[in-house]
Amino acid sequence: MNTLGFPLLSLLVWLPLLGAGVLMLLRGDEPRVAALARWVALATSLAVFAASLVLWFRFVPGQGFQFVENHVWLPDFSVSYHLGVDGISVLFVLLSTALTPICVLASWESIHSRVREYMMAFLVLETMMVGMFCSLDFVMFYMFFEGVLIPMYLIIGVWGGQRRVYASVKFFLFTLAGSVLMLLALLSMWLFAGTTDIPTLLHTSFPPAMQFWLFLAFLASFAVKVPMWPVHTWLPDAHVEAPTAGSVILAGVLLKMGAYGFLRFSVPMLPNASAHFAPLMFALGVIAVIYTAMVAFAQTDMKKLIAYSSVAHMGVVVIGIFTFNPQGIDGAIFQMLSHGIVSAALFLCVGVVYDRIHTREIARYGGLADRMPKYALAFMVFTMASVGLPGTAGFVGEILVLIGAFKVNFWLALLGGSGMILGAIYALSLYRRVIFGRITRDDLKSILDLSPREVAIFLPLLALTLWMGVYPSSFTRFFDPDAVALSAQHMAALAPPHAGIQTKLAELAR
Amino acid sequence: MLFPIAVFAPLLGAAIAGLSGRVIGDRAAQAVTIGLMIAAAACGIVTWVALITGVTHAGTDFISDWIVAGGFHVNWALRYDALSVTMVAMVTFIATLIHIYSIGYMGHEERPTYRFFAYLSLFSFAMLMLVTANNLLQLFFGWEGVGLASYLLIGYWYDKPSACAAAIKAFVVNRIADLFFAVGIAMLFATFGSIGFNSIFAGLGAHLQDRISLFGSHHVLGVIGLLLFIGAMGKSAQIGLHVWLPDAMEGPTPVSALIHAATMVTAGVFLMARMSPLISLAAPVLAVIAIIGGTTALFAATIGCVQTDIKRVIAYSTCSQLGYMFVAAGAGAFQVSIFHLITHAFFKALLFLGAGSVIHAVHGEQDMRKMGGLWRNIPVTYAVMWVGSLALAGIPPFAGYYSKDAILEAAYAAGNAAAHYGYWCGVLAAFLTAFYSWRLLLMTFHGKSRLEHASHAGHAVHESPLVMLVPLLLLATGATIAGYLLKPWFIGAHQATYWHGAIDAASATVLAAMEHIPGWVGYAPLVAGLSGVALAYLMYVAAPGLPARLASLFRPIYLLLLNKWYVDEIYDVIFVRPYRYLAGKLWQIGDVELIDGVPNGLAALAADASGQVVRLQTGSMAVYAFTMLIGLVVLISTFLLFR
Repeated sequence: MNTLGFPLLSLLVWLPLLGAGVLMLLRGDEPRVAALARWVALATSLAVFAASLVLWFRFVPGQGFQFVENHVWLPDFSVSYHLGVDGISVLFVLLSTALTPICVLASWESIHSRVREYMMAFLVLETMMVGMFCSLDFVMFYMFFEGVLIPMYLIIGVWGGQRRVYASVKFFLFTLAGSVLMLLALLSMWLFAGTTDIPTLLHTSFPPAMQFWLFLAFLASFAVKVPMWPVHTWLPDAHVEAPTAGSVILAGVLLKMGAYGFLRFSVPMLPNASAHFAPLMFALGVIAVIYTAMVAFAQTDMKKLIAYSSVAHMGVVVIGIFTFNPQGIDGAIFQMLSHGIVSAALFLCVGVVYDRIHTREIARYGGLADRMPKYALAFMVFTMASVGLPGTAGFVGEILVLIGAFKVNFWLALLGGSGMILGAIYALSLYRRVIFGRITRDDLKSILDLSPREVAIFLPLLALTLWMGVYPSSFTRFFDPDAVALSAQHMAALAPPHAGIQTKLAELAR
Repeated sequence: MLFPIAVFAPLLGAAIAGLSGRVIGDRAAQAVTIGLMIAAAACGIVTWVALITGVTHAGTDFISDWIVAGGFHVNWALRYDALSVTMVAMVTFIATLIHIYSIGYMGHEERPTYRFFAYLSLFSFAMLMLVTANNLLQLFFGWEGVGLASYLLIGYWYDKPSACAAAIKAFVVNRIADLFFAVGIAMLFATFGSIGFNSIFAGLGAHLQDRISLFGSHHVLGVIGLLLFIGAMGKSAQIGLHVWLPDAMEGPTPVSALIHAATMVTAGVFLMARMSPLISLAAPVLAVIAIIGGTTALFAATIGCVQTDIKRVIAYSTCSQLGYMFVAAGAGAFQVSIFHLITHAFFKALLFLGAGSVIHAVHGEQDMRKMGGLWRNIPVTYAVMWVGSLALAGIPPFAGYYSKDAILEAAYAAGNAAAHYGYWCGVLAAFLTAFYSWRLLLMTFHGKSRLEHASHAGHAVHESPLVMLVPLLLLATGATIAGYLLKPWFIGAHQATYWHGAIDAASATVLAAMEHIPGWVGYAPLVAGLSGVALAYLMYVAAPGLPARLASLFRPIYLLLLNKWYVDEIYDVIFVRPYRYLAGKLWQIGDVELIDGVPNGLAALAADASGQVVRLQTGSMAVYAFTMLIGLVVLISTFLLFR
């Protein structure tokens, strides 16, 4: 149903691409094109964000897919152009549209070469991200899901650091197998159900043996994207090589694709296999929380440290999803959103000092509090949010997942929650080494505090971080009914009529 | 309406001072925070009086939803009952005095101090949210909030490496305990379906027999109680998790007084009292609390006897006094622990601020070996330090006498082995407490001056300004009379009316049993205290050579105490270093060599294989034809075989 009578989602998906098209037409000498490109990109992304706010005001929680557009596309294969959002996806659309203008602003002065192409890449990326979260057809989803990588490759490969080729090849190797396997899963689901329509697939029950293999195929693809331990090592390299805005979008939105895939496909479509593999997912989640938090502590590069912390935080998300209870799923979604804001902000914080001193080496800094009080305050708030201090965005998701995990198992809660301690260790030591202490280096003695442009970038993120922490109901109201329904649907699918499936799965696994 | 003002005025002050301090300047920031703090204190005290005189009634001020997700529902709300208003009145009153004192103490700072006042107010707000919480999650909000403020204040002098290290240590050690607290909250929700205090207490009866299997089967309520107590151990610096408190003395002295003596560290005791209906149902947990409390009281006191930094002596004394409060909680006498919490807030804040006044007078010197003979120069400080020490040592009629005595009597009256252990630890600790208190007084104020005059040339030792002395005198008044005045209400004849169900009613039996204990039980701590004073006099006045001789005679013991039982060193060896080492190894070996070895290896393999494949392409027709032939044979035979 689409009560607007206007293809809003199509507008959100294709308007950025249109902006990219306009950028392509720009003519003139280099500086003029660059300046124009910045403004066009900013205007386009702000327009998309403004349009997406309609979702915030007009979305009705708990009413299934909304703003739906459904057109026949490839009738022979029963593939359709099908867009729509439900409680689980709607806020991710908003997250994508909100972070894109921030990325454009963050690149305002730090990108000097090929500005037009850079801005085009970001607008294309926005199309892909929004398209992925809105897709209600598996083929479309697959295209956007993989398509996201193309502009991201370019952003890292063209505007990246020294080892950008290594980083992108590594990423390619990690993702390749997963993508092929997901394509196979797509084909077999299509062969079984005769359609790639996601709402239809959500109500199709696949035989348990098939679920087993489908789950593994999805896992191969989603685990890399989350990223889950042990396929996480592409992330630190990608972050280190990416320009600041690339890291922002990578941490803020792209890392959510895998977990979103679990929520959209694995858990609702493959309930038996999900239940069967839940212990494995818990184990991987706990390892991610503990292992990567420790590795983060050992880092000497600011971006790598934050990249590893992302892996740890996403471990919490995975644990939350596979608890299958409403608190766990709500917590996982909230954690994804808060991580989208907070880690993006932390990468921006790194970008601020990188733009000034051109190094991410933690040891090169120290004592910035003296010269940069505004920066120190912003960094402190985001650090505390990353640590999960109550009253900030980071806490709500963590405590909900902890509660969900406790309902599964005492030890899962204790080990999964250990990020509370380990997170504090690496985050506070990073903050201390960068902000506290005495300024010793000459170039730091004249370092400047946040410029008005940077303040404009940080203020909305600060406000969101506190808002999400103090009054999270504004956000949970969107997805809570769907999370509760997802949990109930999962429990129903595992109810006695299917009880035999568990044993079959167990046999199969042997 | 007054109650929310008491809680939120400090937040407003913190926001104004913190965000606009640079613009409005130090003076204005101080005026704003102090003005709002005074307003908060006035509202706090009025609401307190109103409740205990029966003008208003206990209730809850609902503010807003907080988290509503998947059946988990918590609100922002202010709980208005005897326990919370008592704490609010105390916190706002003490915090106001410390704000005022800080004007003087921070007067010589080079950097602007608006940040300091903003942090103090932020702390006060978090503490007030903690004590007025109506559910455990809001309590946890305040709990972590005071942790944040404490971190910021300990690290206030952020260019001092030791201060930064101490700040992180405090935060991380507290976080270890908080993890258990958070799991306890999760367990409460899983058991009761709610984490509101009222729902939990109402549901207790239905879950008395619930069990959970963790290394054997245990009562759910007991496990919850233990998890909450571990949380309390961190905040209240009980043995094992006490290591952050002495280091926290790196912060400015008013911080030590406000946070690390009067308010924040007592949050654990408050939590026990708040959850008393649950805790008192779990006898094993009570025993653990009494044993840990007693051990801490004694353990910290032994260290206090040999420290030479004036603030560290008081820090260990705080640790030890918190142990007393837990002994009372473990004995099931939660009213008594809150009584000591309140009297302790007065005399410990007094001692810290007095010590601050001494440090201020001698221009930053904290080592008592370099003081001596100061009483002529700073007579007011000297007098109030006497009052504080008399109260701390439990000499009648000062405040500590009433509350400490009541704790030990309650421990004895509880009648179980663990509480008796707490009693004897308490008596021994009373002796040590008096000893180190008078050691502090005598070393600092008496004897010959050992000040290094070279470093103080031109700076006479001077009495502190009035803004520092007035708070001291007010606190001294409290430390003198609070015990006598509050005893009938807190633990005496009127206690049932006073608490009005805010603290578990079952503990009244312990209070009743205190009436029927042998007379010597009450005298023992007093005798112990007086002999401690006598010993200090002997060692530091009558025979000044004695301490050094004892130190060399019992050198191993002396070193053990001087080095704080080597707890920090042990933790360094078994936790800190292995963690650092393992973190590095996981990265270098786990990630770089093992995990990245696979894709890097694959890449190398692919490059290698393509090199090999190239060699197959020889260009010789014969080889190609032969290969085709073999392929054909294999295909056909396979086909025939599996037909």
